[in-house]
Amino acid sequence: MSEIRGEIDDPFVVAEIENPIVEVDKLSLYYGDTQALYDVDLAIPEREVTAFIGPSGCGKSTLLRSLNRLNDLVESARIEGNVRVSGADIYAPDYDVIDLRRRVGMVFQKSNPFPKSIYENVAYGLRIAGENRSSVLDESVEKSLRAAALWDEVKDRLKDNALGLSGGQQQRLCIARTLAVEPEVVLMDEPCSALDPIATVRIEETISELKNDYTIVIVTHNLQQAARISDYTAFFYLGRLVEFNQTQQMFTQPHLKQTEDYVTGRFG
Amino acid sequence: MTLRFWRGGDPFIWLTGSALAFCLLMISGLVGIILYNGVGVFWPSALEQLYLRDGQVVLGKVVDRQVIPDQPEAYRIQLKVGNRDAYGLDFRWVDEADIERIEQPAPVVVFERLEWGDAYGYLEEITQNDQVLAADGQDVWKALQPLLEASATRWEVIRSIEHEEMGELNRAMEDLRLEKRRLEMDGAKPEAMAELEDRDRALWERYERVSERLNAVRAENEQATVSIRLADGRERSVRVADIVRTYQPNALGVWGKIGIYCEKGWEFVAGQPRESNTEGGIFPALFGTVMMVMLMSLAAVPFGILAALYLREYAKQGLFVRLVRIAVNNLAGVPSIVFGMFGLGFFVYGVGGSIDRLFYPEALPTPTYGTGGILWASLTLALLTVPVVIVATEEALAAVPRELREGALGLGSTKFQMIWNVVLPSALPGILTGVILATARGAGEVAPLMITGVVKLAPDLPLDAYWPFFHLERKFMHLGFHIYDVGFQSPNVEAARPMVYTTALLLLLIVLALNLTAIVVRNKLRRRYASTAF
Repeated sequence: MSEIRGEIDDPFVVAEIENPIVEVDKLSLYYGDTQALYDVDLAIPEREVTAFIGPSGCGKSTLLRSLNRLNDLVESARIEGNVRVSGADIYAPDYDVIDLRRRVGMVFQKSNPFPKSIYENVAYGLRIAGENRSSVLDESVEKSLRAAALWDEVKDRLKDNALGLSGGQQQRLCIARTLAVEPEVVLMDEPCSALDPIATVRIEETISELKNDYTIVIVTHNLQQAARISDYTAFFYLGRLVEFNQTQQMFTQPHLKQTEDYVTGRFG
Repeated sequence: MTLRFWRGGDPFIWLTGSALAFCLLMISGLVGIILYNGVGVFWPSALEQLYLRDGQVVLGKVVDRQVIPDQPEAYRIQLKVGNRDAYGLDFRWVDEADIERIEQPAPVVVFERLEWGDAYGYLEEITQNDQVLAADGQDVWKALQPLLEASATRWEVIRSIEHEEMGELNRAMEDLRLEKRRLEMDGAKPEAMAELEDRDRALWERYERVSERLNAVRAENEQATVSIRLADGRERSVRVADIVRTYQPNALGVWGKIGIYCEKGWEFVAGQPRESNTEGGIFPALFGTVMMVMLMSLAAVPFGILAALYLREYAKQGLFVRLVRIAVNNLAGVPSIVFGMFGLGFFVYGVGGSIDRLFYPEALPTPTYGTGGILWASLTLALLTVPVVIVATEEALAAVPRELREGALGLGSTKFQMIWNVVLPSALPGILTGVILATARGAGEVAPLMITGVVKLAPDLPLDAYWPFFHLERKFMHLGFHIYDVGFQSPNVEAARPMVYTTALLLLLIVLALNLTAIVVRNKLRRRYASTAF
């Protein structure tokens, strides 16, 4: 246990990601005087599921939120290094943040449907982008709800208030809402942490189906979940990336002692 | 044991419970007193004729009964005897020990008059143009009814001549005077002046004709009189035209009494005040109050919400914003009369005075906007309520969960789209609560109005059928001020007391109605935006 407390001088990062869609390059992030991320280097493969694991406060959510610049909302936050999505530096001064957030969607820990109808929730992203043709909206709503495995449950009550859905349905609605704007990457910040086991299984099934079309990055506290659904896993500790590898390797033959301690449940 | 008693919190439960009970008691006491005194005012209760041991006869309505000071077992009753013109006073105390017997004579009649308050007595005879039409109780009663109707029609004619024809002439003359003045100020051309003089003469001629007609109708009003015998045997005569309403309370059945009650209640709500506001209706005050509250909300609500939006959503949260917030909170606690002083100095004299100098120089020295008016009063009250709106809106905005904001931004909303589509709808119930509180506070405020435009009597409403319809420079009446004025400033406080209670009751009802509407709206919204159930 004691050996993990020190600096991690030499993280093990698997180098050969052939088709990276997101590249994080020497990223450090500060909240005021507190440093939350230290020199993170990471490449996220396209159309795969990548899981971020690590104990609370290790910076995995912070990293996730900096991938679509939601950390901009925190006034004291400031970064060094850069992040490229499809090759473009998203922290460049002239980069269009609104467009970035359409391309890199986000599903949050606590489901947050808008106080509108189910239909309007899913159509919201298109509407604010200026799409008002009802044929396009109808099609997109159905497609997104099907992709999020919610269509059969809500197709007869699309005009009902979204807040009347159960917790798991609300979370899948939020996934559908994110998919409706056809992002390239979907970020998920502990999407199942507030759900019961059955709802969790539904969401996991949904994620497995989505990876054929989308790149998914998921933060999770649930190691079994990471092992079940992800292709790659990144382990963070105290703001540093410790190890990044294929999930199977990570959970069976971790390269570093710290990783092994964590995934086998010896600390965390 | 005692330790467990204290720790268990039982005393605390009792403390909180009794605090609530005490509050409820105070409030229900307030409402109860107003209801008790206000509801029965229009009920035509029986007139009692008291025969006293010393031979006096007193006729009147019992209004109060109390122990005689220093004589614990003896009571005295207060009677409203009316006939102020004959007795000098409306009320009289009679010791119960002095009463020999009490009757409720059926033929006794109540006259509500335009002047001198009520008259109670027996019908003697009725005369028109010095001819006696009837000279016996019930015959007089029957002969009186058509005359009353005729006089009501005549009053209608007089009112329409005064308000419409004369009013129009007055306005035309005033416009002409101002036009002349303007010409003089610009250096008058004689021919233009002469033309105006001609128009002036024409107006005066029309005025003469209208006054003649008016005087003719007025003369007809003088023709009929009814003479009555008071309880003590004296005779008095009453002009039929002065009678507002007459009834025989002791002869009326329950339905008749209910009819009179409703009629008087309606007159109270919809009629004009009489007798320096102590009788008649309060419609101008009612109208003024409602219109002022609306103007105030129109000014305060949008500004308050917009200011709060900037403060909460756009401004960089730091020392300066904190200071602004503290200042706003303090403003919400500043005594209202201070706002009144500011309104008088800034709106009335400053803004109003400048408007007068720029746009109405010909009317000076008579001020147009440079004097109290409904616009300035509403703006002053808006200033008073804006802090409440800001504070409440800010709190409602702060209560919108961060996840909801991030969800909207995460889908590619701009900040404006997030605020407009997600934050505002979610915060709306809370914002409405603040608006209700603010409006209720504004509706009940009197002190700042007294120096910015409320008057005792303003028969011309600030909204009428004449261009430009809204006369925001006009002074207006207000229920709160009406209560103060009638209750404490009127020459006959005792007679005005029922009016005070009924007006207070009406003010309570209005505030209740405003709040209920707003609460219903808010609950509808709240159901629509009910928070997520987890």
